Amino acid sequence: MAYPYKHERETRVLTEAFGDPAARTIEGWKKYGGYEALRQALGMAPNDVIEVVKASGLRGRGGAGFPTGVKWSFMPRDDSRQPHYLLINADESEPGAFKDRELLRWTPHQVIEGALIGAHAIRAKHVYIYMRGEFFEPAQIVGRAIEEAYEAGFAGPDMMGSGIGIDITLHLGAGAYICGEETGLMNSLEGRRGQPRIKPPFPAVMGAFSRPTTINNVETVSAVPHIMRRGAEWYRSIGTEKSPGTKLFNVSGHVVRRGNYELPLGFPMKDLIYDVCGGIRDGRELKAVIPGGSSVPILAASECDINLDYESVAAAGSMLGTASVIVMDDRTDIVKAVRRMVEFYSHESCGQCTPCREGTEWTAKIMRRIEAGEGTADDLDTLLEVGRNMTGTTICVLSDSCAAPVASSIAKFRDEYMARIRREVPAGALTV
Amino acid sequence: MANEQTENVTCRINGIEVTVPRGTRIIEAAEQAGIGIAHYCYHPGLSAPAMCRMCLVEIEGVPKLQPACVSTVAEGNNILTESERARESRKGTLEFYLINHPLDCPVCDKSGECRLQDFVHAEGPKHGRLRDAKVIFGQDDFGGNILYDGDRCIMCTRCVRFMREVAQDDLLGVVQRGHRSVIDTFFEQGLDDSPFHTNIVDICPVGALLDKDFLHKARVWDLDHAPSICPNCSQGCNIRIDTRDNLVQRLRPRANPDVNSYWMCDYGRHSYEWMNGTDRIEAPLVRDGERLVAQNWQPAMLALLDRLKQRAGSVRIVGSPMLSNEDNGLLARLGSLLGAAAPVYRSARAEDEVVLPGFPKLARRRELAANGRGLSALGFERVGDDRAQGGLTSADVLIVLGDELADLPADFGRDASLFVYLGHRLHPAARNAHFVLPVSTFAEQEGTFTNFEGRVQRFWPALQPPPLARPAWQVLGVLLAGLDDGPAPADAANAFLRVGSFFEPFAGLTYEMIGTRGALMNEPVAIGAGGGD
Ligand SMILES: Cc1cc2nc3c(=O)[nH]c(=O)nc-3n(C[C@H](O)[C@H](O)[C@H](O)COP(=O)(O)O)c2cc1C
Ligand code: SF4
Ligand code: SF4
Ligand code: SF4
Ligand code: FES
Repeated sequence: MAYPYKHERETRVLTEAFGDPAARTIEGWKKYGGYEALRQALGMAPNDVIEVVKASGLRGRGGAGFPTGVKWSFMPRDDSRQPHYLLINADESEPGAFKDRELLRWTPHQVIEGALIGAHAIRAKHVYIYMRGEFFEPAQIVGRAIEEAYEAGFAGPDMMGSGIGIDITLHLGAGAYICGEETGLMNSLEGRRGQPRIKPPFPAVMGAFSRPTTINNVETVSAVPHIMRRGAEWYRSIGTEKSPGTKLFNVSGHVVRRGNYELPLGFPMKDLIYDVCGGIRDGRELKAVIPGGSSVPILAASECDINLDYESVAAAGSMLGTASVIVMDDRTDIVKAVRRMVEFYSHESCGQCTPCREGTEWTAKIMRRIEAGEGTADDLDTLLEVGRNMTGTTICVLSDSCAAPVASSIAKFRDEYMARIRREVPAGALTV
Repeated sequence: MANEQTENVTCRINGIEVTVPRGTRIIEAAEQAGIGIAHYCYHPGLSAPAMCRMCLVEIEGVPKLQPACVSTVAEGNNILTESERARESRKGTLEFYLINHPLDCPVCDKSGECRLQDFVHAEGPKHGRLRDAKVIFGQDDFGGNILYDGDRCIMCTRCVRFMREVAQDDLLGVVQRGHRSVIDTFFEQGLDDSPFHTNIVDICPVGALLDKDFLHKARVWDLDHAPSICPNCSQGCNIRIDTRDNLVQRLRPRANPDVNSYWMCDYGRHSYEWMNGTDRIEAPLVRDGERLVAQNWQPAMLALLDRLKQRAGSVRIVGSPMLSNEDNGLLARLGSLLGAAAPVYRSARAEDEVVLPGFPKLARRRELAANGRGLSALGFERVGDDRAQGGLTSADVLIVLGDELADLPADFGRDASLFVYLGHRLHPAARNAHFVLPVSTFAEQEGTFTNFEGRVQRFWPALQPPPLARPAWQVLGVLLAGLDDGPAPADAANAFLRVGSFFEPFAGLTYEMIGTRGALMNEPVAIGAGGGD
């Protein structure tokens, strides 16, 4: 099977060049229409660029799905003396998520072009691409692409003769999940501990280096050149009314073909699993799906007959998040799977907030004990109550993200927990 | 802009209406309404990171609970600190604290003034539900005066922020992340050379930071507390003297925004052993030939008055910057009645000031005594060198208050026709006195000091003096009365009024006006313009 695998039901916009190494160079990228949108945007007033993106209905792909054009419009418009920043969030590390790194690897210029258009729209003169330190290969590729963009006059002073100058800096983090949270990212970029900041003040008022700042996900800005080139109407014609456009679904777990698939929002989850991804591995049955990366509630197989857009997934009691779909077959040990996720959050908690610092590890301890056959029936109540105390009480939502899979898995797979507690399942060692 | 700053907002907190300037934080507005909001990370002298999550309160119409330490009140807010949700949240947070916190209370130095103990007692869960092993960090010597108990630390980062923001000497940090977080120094670079670092012990809400000096010395509920003024330099930091068994166990800062904010220096904090000295003069001593004979006050004072009335020749008066305005003021008055030349005093001076960068109004001043400024306002002249030595000569009539004369030759004052010594300890030179009168130290009496900027500040008695020691103002007041200079003052407040009646800088001031925050005397100097420091 060629890599990356492509499926005929995909609507390839952002991923059109995936698999074409030539697209990593500026010449190769031009064949895909590269930098036309930037030229077009630089000829427009910043507010007009924002209006186009607003009209397209593009929503942030970093997890929360907030409308991108609206976010850009929060940036101050009148004060041109004070520097503004655009930060591109390339820190992707949510368990299950692996879409941004593919965009960075295959289409670095798409990211750069989108970032420059975004920067122009919010009047930023500097873009930082904050990339997780472990993304060694993407860092090489993006670094080279930035150099090329400067050489070609697409970045730097007087871009494409427009009189507008925007700089791009690639910044490598040291690899901490919490540095993906937007204010943690800003702290890390400034050379401080990667810890989320209290809001307000919001980034658009006081962000990186105490200046107005916008943070956008890699996939979000990657969509922008296409919207500029083909228009907001075209973008709206894909997807659903409230969730327009295409989305990269990064599917992992027990399907035949794991990978990234670009599909219109609103695509049926069952079709994604059984058609696009070739069904459940080894002919097994579906047991559960986490539709949006490990921080969203788990769905039981019976709840999976839904469409994958922000509204439909929310209506089903979960979230689309980063559309990092984790598929689990009937052999999956839910207790173990959730315990692993909880350990991740415990390990990655920045440690500022008491409910998160203490609650994530306490949750992990109880989960480990249950998995080892030492749990009691009370433990499930404790887990739920600890989770409630961890929800809505902290500076950022990492704490909530840890509680969500626990609560939803107890609600939907209580029997499996009870089987552990009654020692009906051999305890075994705590393995990965 | 000025309008915006002075604009007020009105809100309700637990049903009580409060009007405060726009921008006031909920926790501070609540304070004004007499409502205390539980908190750990917030400290009024530091930035607020809103991380302990103890202060979450409900604001009607706002979906999530909000941290009262950073959220500002808005017009019309209806804030509830005692709603079901707010209480449940505090209870839940306290349970999180108790997961790893060892209940060392029976041996913990903080027990009795520990905020975790207090809050858990007030509204914590009845039982902890942790069935698993606690995390163990153990203890760490941070150098300087500090021992760190990682297991008791609740990660409020007050200590880190103090060192960063107030001491501006970034010697502490959080290392690791999540539940593995601990406070640490940078490798072997401890706190040794940082002159204000012991303040972190006071602001640590639990027993995680321990002052090696106070370690295991006393249970805090066994301590008595007296509001006082640090006597160890002319800054005049407001302090609390904590005593047990009539011994000073520790000094702690008392908040005064005009003088020392919440802080004091380590030098001042740890210079208290002298107040506990045991080799005190126990009774009035009157010379009989070569011997000093113990007497009761009355015969001693009558004899002394007699001698004073018959005095001949020049009179020299020596005062003490470690004693109060009242003591020295009446001494100076006595001097002028006796026709003495300008009174003198000696005091030690350090080479430089040690400024607290985050609150530069506070410095360990050069003058290492509390009341040099008061003495100069009373007409005293400073003599001797920076070690408080030399500069004293004998005279026909010599009256010395408080100066121990430790550096002077054993025959000093022997040729005086009358040598009166009012003090605490009997060094050889003082043995030459005709009258040795035991007076109390500042810690044993009520009185006032005048700090370097001319702020007159009150202190209260912390220790019992030796049974026969008396405040010097009382002894001098009786002498003045005996010389027909008005009635003897009945108490320290009265003595202070007397001093004000003789010395213009103190005229019109009363103890009421001075209160607990001090009042400027009539000829203050601008900070930094000198003034005896
Ligand atoms: C704990 C945590 C981790 C996050 N990690 C990422 C990340 O790795 N990449 C990302 O784009 N957004 C991440 N986010 C979301 C960002 O805070 C932010 O919402 C996003 O970057 C905004 O971009 P968008 O509007 O384009 O979606 C994270 C959020 C949280 C709370
Ligand atoms: S919720 Fe957790 S990760 Fe987020 S700021 Fe608080 S401690 Fe840090
Ligand atoms: S810090 Fe407080 S709760 Fe902890 S052991 Fe000491 S006194 Fe007890
Ligand atoms: S040592 Fe004390 S002041 Fe410092 S973080 Fe821990 S609990 Fe807070
Ligand atoms: S005091 Fe408000 S969060 Fe700590």
